[in-house]
Amino acid sequence: MKADPTKHAVKIDGIVKSFGDGESKLKVLKGIHLEAEDGRILMLVGPSGCGKTTLISIIAGTMDTDEGTIDVFGSPLHSMKKSAITKFRADNIGFIFQSFNLIPTLDCAENVSVPLLIQGVPWNAAQKKARAILEKVGLGDRWHHRPNQLSGGQQQRVAIARAMVHEPRLIICDEPTAALDAKSGALVMELFHDVARVPGRAVIIVTHDNRIFKYADRIASMNDGQIVEVHEVDDSNPLPEFHH
Amino acid sequence: MLRLALKMLFGDTLKYAMLVAGLFFATFLMAQQSAVFCGLMNWTTATIKNVPAPIWVVESKVEQVNETNPMRDTDVGLVRSVDSVAWASPIYSGIQRVRLANGAFKVIQLIGIDPTTLAGAPAEMIEGRLEDLRLPNTVIIDDLAVERLSLTPKDKKTHIKVGDLFEINDLEARVVGITRAMRSFTGGPYVWTTYERALQYSPPSRKMLCAVIAAPKPGITAEAAAAEIERTTGLRAFVNTSFTMDAKAGAREFNTSTVWFYIENTGIPISFGITVIVGLIVGMAISCQTFYSFVVENMKHLGALKAMGASNGILCLMLLVQSLTVGVVGFGLGMMATAGFAFGAMAKQQPPFYMPWAVLPCVFVVIVGICMLAALLGIWRVSRYEPAMVFRG
Repeated sequence: MKADPTKHAVKIDGIVKSFGDGESKLKVLKGIHLEAEDGRILMLVGPSGCGKTTLISIIAGTMDTDEGTIDVFGSPLHSMKKSAITKFRADNIGFIFQSFNLIPTLDCAENVSVPLLIQGVPWNAAQKKARAILEKVGLGDRWHHRPNQLSGGQQQRVAIARAMVHEPRLIICDEPTAALDAKSGALVMELFHDVARVPGRAVIIVTHDNRIFKYADRIASMNDGQIVEVHEVDDSNPLPEFHH
Repeated sequence: MLRLALKMLFGDTLKYAMLVAGLFFATFLMAQQSAVFCGLMNWTTATIKNVPAPIWVVESKVEQVNETNPMRDTDVGLVRSVDSVAWASPIYSGIQRVRLANGAFKVIQLIGIDPTTLAGAPAEMIEGRLEDLRLPNTVIIDDLAVERLSLTPKDKKTHIKVGDLFEINDLEARVVGITRAMRSFTGGPYVWTTYERALQYSPPSRKMLCAVIAAPKPGITAEAAAAEIERTTGLRAFVNTSFTMDAKAGAREFNTSTVWFYIENTGIPISFGITVIVGLIVGMAISCQTFYSFVVENMKHLGALKAMGASNGILCLMLLVQSLTVGVVGFGLGMMATAGFAFGAMAKQQPPFYMPWAVLPCVFVVIVGICMLAALLGIWRVSRYEPAMVFRG
């Protein structure tokens, strides 16, 4: 199921999320309003425990909301059944995790082909496409290597290839450069910069890494379960001082 | 996704080997011990198999073939007089002692058969002529006796052969033939002679007839003839077909009756049963624990698959395929080892080994059950895992 195109890739209105019951109930998200647009990179920043991970879990459809609506490429995730959301994720969302989450017993091509296999693409076709996308991220000659035979930067590029191989409309990244040195992080972000600039695709990155803020089109700062500032980044509106 | 599941499984060589080892061990222990038990039970019916006859008539309280309650000699005539009986012959069966040339004593299972008809004679002669049993002081021995009754069993040159002599209770016995026979439960070799000579070889007592073997007239079933013999003579008549689980048919079947006697009256099934259960428990413990730990170690990756859109159904199927694959491999290797054991056992004729066809599917079902249980533990864990957890490291 491919999402319907809309002018907003993601539109969040009044999202509230709490954990626990009674006196131990903790309100993690306190009425979030946020939009992410096609062809642009949105970064979610903020201190630990401010609700960034909870917010991307909700955007990714891996967590329910208590209140509010969430629209991803025209699909109202807040009102969809779990099975439909699972299918939606398989078709429309690419994931990049902080610790890469590559399966160590599979080679690069097999790891990259996972989203295609989930969609039901036959093995050989999935491998062919996976090798082609590995070529695009500069790892065409390493397709048969296992993750432990690659550097951190290369592993993250494999993860990026995996996130893109099924041509998702939304790519969600959780601290994509946290485990990388400055040079590898910059290379990975250059890659993101290229893949995000595609009409009909949006990239949302959760990060603490202020070295990569310059790659953002929009930075949403969170604190205590709320968006406290949204900063549009362009030549006329450079990063504010605190982002450096 | 199933191919992916197998690659994940085979990629973790150590876990895979442990899983297979657990199921191999369980398979081997369950199949081998069951087969040895069945072999042992088969040995209890050796006399019925070595003295082939459609009907065995015994004293009214006899429950199994190795129980030789004495009958009157006139009982042979009684059985012959039954309308549905075509022929009937006397049988002597008893454990006697043989004295070898060096003075050593060995135990034998002495069988006395009717010299006229030779009914109850061994079916497969290896050497010599059956008819020579009619000559004075002659016996036919089985292939085990060739070794057991020789002075040095390990030296084939000294093995007993046709024409050799030994003593049964101080009376001379000359070997005129060698036959192939099933081993007896008591371990003594089978020695055939004529009925009258068997009585001479045995210590005298008032009644010495052990059984009457008989056959039904053409057109009459053995069961019907046996029923009529019981009605007419008051003796107990069994048919000789093969072991059956059918309670009604088994009550009149001598092999079945004998096997059940040993199952109910000895500790043999408990002993073997415990070993089989230990195999089951150990296999289950190793496999379930290892598979569960395999799932837990892969939880991060399974969670990532779930986040990427793999449904619980797909993940469950992956775990089932992984689990059943190790099950089939473990079962295959276990059965190969059992077959290796079987070849060795059959070549040496011990330990007893007999694997009814039902053992194979039963062990397979148990192994699949263990795999399903192991998979269910993993499925329970995976289905409870929230895909959002994958963002929390």
